[in-house]
Amino acid sequence: MPDASYPEELLYHAEHDWARIEGEQATLGITWYAQDSLGEVVFYDPPEVGAAIVKDSAYAEIESVKAASEVIAPLSGETIEVNEALADAPERINEDPYGEGWLVKVKLDDPAEAEALLAAVDYRKLLEGD
Amino acid sequence: MKPAAETPMQRDRAVTIYEKSKPGRRAAVLPEAGVPERPLGELIPPKLLREEPPRLPEVAEPEIVRHYNRLSRRNFDLDTGFYPLGSCTMKHNPRLNERVAALPGHARLHPAQDPRRAQGALELMWLLQQSLAEICGLPQVSLQPSAGSHGELAGLLLTRAYHADRGEQRTKVLAPDTAHGTNPASVAMAGYEVVKVATNERGGVEMDDLRAKVSDEVACLMLTNPNTLGLFDENIAEIASLIHAAGGTLYYDGANLNAVIGHSRPGDMGFDIVHVNLHKSFSQPHGGGGPGAGPIAVSERIEPFLPRPQVVKREGANGSGPFYDLDHDRPKSIGRLRGFQGNFGVFVRSYAYILSLGADGLAEASETAVLNANYLKARLADGRAGKRLPVAFDRHCMHEFVLSGKPMKRELGLATLDLAKRLLDFGFHPPTIYFPLLVEEALMIEPTETETKESLDAFADAVEEILAEAERDPEVAKQAPYTTPVRRLDEVKAARRPVVRQPL
Amino acid sequence: MTKGTAPCLRSLSRVTRYTSATPADRAEMLAAIGIDSPAALFEQIPEPLRLGRPLELPPGIGEAEVYERLAALAARNADAEEEVCFVGAGMYDHYVPAIVDAITQRSEFLTPYTPYQPEISQGGLQVMFEFQTAISELTGLPVSNAGLYEGPSSVASAGYLAIGATGRRRFVVSRGVHPHSREALATYSEGYGAELVEVGLEEGATDAAALAAAVDGETAAVFLQSPNFLGAVEDVEALGAAAKEHGALLIVAVDPITLGILKPPGECGADIALGEGQPLGNRLDFGGPSFGFFCGTEEQLRRMPGRIAGETDDVDGRRGFVLALQTREQHIRREKATHNICTAQALNALAAMVHLAWLGREGFRELGELLARRTAYARQRLAAVEGVESLHEAPVVREFAVRLEAPVERVLERCAERGIAAGYPLGREYPEYEDGLLVAITERRTREQIDELAEALGAAIAAEDGASVGDGPNKAPMSKEVT
Repeated sequence: MPDASYPEELLYHAEHDWARIEGEQATLGITWYAQDSLGEVVFYDPPEVGAAIVKDSAYAEIESVKAASEVIAPLSGETIEVNEALADAPERINEDPYGEGWLVKVKLDDPAEAEALLAAVDYRKLLEGD
Repeated sequence: MKPAAETPMQRDRAVTIYEKSKPGRRAAVLPEAGVPERPLGELIPPKLLREEPPRLPEVAEPEIVRHYNRLSRRNFDLDTGFYPLGSCTMKHNPRLNERVAALPGHARLHPAQDPRRAQGALELMWLLQQSLAEICGLPQVSLQPSAGSHGELAGLLLTRAYHADRGEQRTKVLAPDTAHGTNPASVAMAGYEVVKVATNERGGVEMDDLRAKVSDEVACLMLTNPNTLGLFDENIAEIASLIHAAGGTLYYDGANLNAVIGHSRPGDMGFDIVHVNLHKSFSQPHGGGGPGAGPIAVSERIEPFLPRPQVVKREGANGSGPFYDLDHDRPKSIGRLRGFQGNFGVFVRSYAYILSLGADGLAEASETAVLNANYLKARLADGRAGKRLPVAFDRHCMHEFVLSGKPMKRELGLATLDLAKRLLDFGFHPPTIYFPLLVEEALMIEPTETETKESLDAFADAVEEILAEAERDPEVAKQAPYTTPVRRLDEVKAARRPVVRQPL
Repeated sequence: MTKGTAPCLRSLSRVTRYTSATPADRAEMLAAIGIDSPAALFEQIPEPLRLGRPLELPPGIGEAEVYERLAALAARNADAEEEVCFVGAGMYDHYVPAIVDAITQRSEFLTPYTPYQPEISQGGLQVMFEFQTAISELTGLPVSNAGLYEGPSSVASAGYLAIGATGRRRFVVSRGVHPHSREALATYSEGYGAELVEVGLEEGATDAAALAAAVDGETAAVFLQSPNFLGAVEDVEALGAAAKEHGALLIVAVDPITLGILKPPGECGADIALGEGQPLGNRLDFGGPSFGFFCGTEEQLRRMPGRIAGETDDVDGRRGFVLALQTREQHIRREKATHNICTAQALNALAAMVHLAWLGREGFRELGELLARRTAYARQRLAAVEGVESLHEAPVVREFAVRLEAPVERVLERCAERGIAAGYPLGREYPEYEDGLLVAITERRTREQIDELAEALGAAIAAEDGASVGDGPNKAPMSKEVT
């Protein structure tokens, strides 16, 4: 597993999610801290393509051997793509949480919602405060 | 301690019965049909028939016996050693009970037999109902639920029927955050929403939180008392009156009943519905995960809704003896929860247990269970365990207690899981671990009345030794166990790509 | 209940046979705890809630006395050792081989708990894995759990799964499904919120047209049973088409002992196959304990109720088994669990596995054929009796229904006097078959016993006819010929 990292170019949600915003779209995933707390991920249950996801609400589930956790949406939008590769290789969420371990791509309802998200430096502070 | 070589059992790798199969081998010799041997296709349309029989193993009797005997040796069991699994009440399973359950009058009695020709069985069920009613302090008992979880579902469906009968639609069920996982799962199955109630600093229900959450939307409060911390909730009378004042029912999860039999009764505490785990408190063997039975005892106001059929005693006419019957005519009943009358074989064993111990013996068993738990708690409060594994709530416990491995993890880098795995090398079944959820790195220890002082001492000594060893070299425990038939198993692999049957 | 006469043992002055603490032990233990008396431990129970008296139960008695007491109760039951049992209706008087008892009574299988510590539970876990494989083979579906409580509640559990899988809340249920299963499904449905639509029978089998008409886009699942409660083998594939068309799950209850010869539900389009496991290696026990089995397609794997064992390796690469997919279960997912069940009826499933291994592939098929042939003989033999006719002509394997021209309960009583439990009176559950009798055949029921049943039924009906007044001319018993 890689060392802890929180890329500067991403925005963060206090429930340990990240968003990579590209225009009207965003890619979402869970942070290094989240995957480390969960332990080895064994299953990813994604939303269906087309499903609406709502900021601060659960949109997917991730399971480790002895825990099932909801993933909280950092932003609202419509699911336009889910990471199908995770069905066969959920371990990518642990190995590469910001890359191959991405969870969904969404078409954003309101890009202005991103203003409420945290920069990497602030998310790190949040973790240190834990 | 780490052995250089594999143990003989480890060398003997797992082989399934299917891998011992060879065409042409067989064990069963079936009787001749003795009737015309008509082709199957004449009896049943060929489109409804299967082409190939299922690929069951083909093995002669000696190899079947060896196979399963060999597998049995790869199990740890209560008849072999200490099994302090919290909330599971691993007490001795008397062999007498197996003998009486196997009598043909019990074992070969068809469940649809006319009650007139099953009087012994129905009387036994009635006697067990009466005994459980007295033990629980509630007037009516249904034996039908198949397990504790089934009893919980029954209790919640009874609650629903009770409220519906009064024209009320309630939506919420309260349960403490220390509750067994079955409680919220049962609540969901019964169509209710679960609301968690916090635990106070003495390990009981946080009364302010409870008061804030009680309302006329609350159908029921589910409680285990003593709770999963092994502590009796001192506020139970007030809790009961709060719930009753709000119109709800009070449900007693009987998983921990072994602490109080003959000493205190759920009915007297104000509970309306109680399930009793016959496989815990009343000595039915656990069988590696079943069978059990989860009869429920209820108050008079819940009685009309009990599952049907109900075993009843009818007084005989004209001086004849009483008649035991199955009463199906129960218009307000929630209906059946399962087929026939319940797990009768379990009833036989538990009734034999109650007869064996009687009023005095049952009370003594509970007292000894509580004494054993407190003694082991005291032993583990000494020495290294006292520092590394403090008790979560430091007061007298009932039949079980909970330690926290948090200091052990912080100071020695040893997780509760590691301690549990190392205990396997010492010949002990570990306690329940990581439950209840509110205690970090929890170890939940229930020794039961079965254990001698010597076995309790040996367990405490083993914990001490493991902690001393970890102070020298924590890696030993982290890699444990070493001596078991297999070592730590890759649960991640089993979960990521589940293989749940053998490809043939 | 007699009032307990023994003193309440607050003084803890003696040892019972299932506890070992001597007075000296107790003294040492109390000293270690730092108290004088165990009563101090019970002070956490508020005084008004302490019982303060002995339970009103008889005092304990010795082992021999307990044995005699229970043997006396057992003697008041007419069991299948004493009567020739043609009663089925979901539980059957099969022969349980001696090795089943020998193996299930081993302490190592009898006395452990659920295998939470896999390193010391490999025996039980491997049995689960072998069992899952066998049940999967029987049903033709890839995924089996390790067992549920018993048959009817498994049907009710499938309803909970179907709601989760489809988001719909209506069940279409054949009247051929065991009445106890239909009732358990209705009981559970009151909780999780579902509506039941029942479809009737036509000539012994599910009315296909009525079923097709009842299924729509709101249907969560279609429930069938084959052979159904009247013994008829259903055309599951044809009936199930309606479920497929509307995206409902097809849930089929099966009698496992018939699956040596019948097309498995997995080949008939079933999404879930389940049933009562008692015919496999489990005794009658007046109705339990037995086990339920529950299989599904891969798609249903993560919605399955109950324990599931999976294969894996240990750290040194040795093959081993664990409880897999535990995140479905109540101890992890709590209110979001797929089910509240914790038990797998592991010991009963072991009995089934040993029985299946004992029968083996060929023996299992032969047993199915034996049952089908003896049942065909019995059906024909009984239909030839004056006053008896077949209730339906649908194909059967091990159980069939007849109509009697005399009151069924009275006929049963007369047969019982001759030591024959002649069958199950259908009128108990089906008012429309008030004259119906359900007759079950196992490998224990010989041709001679079947002939004796025919003779007894004929005589009983004739006697009832003779006993009734103004009921036309009496027919001579046994006047028809067996072909």
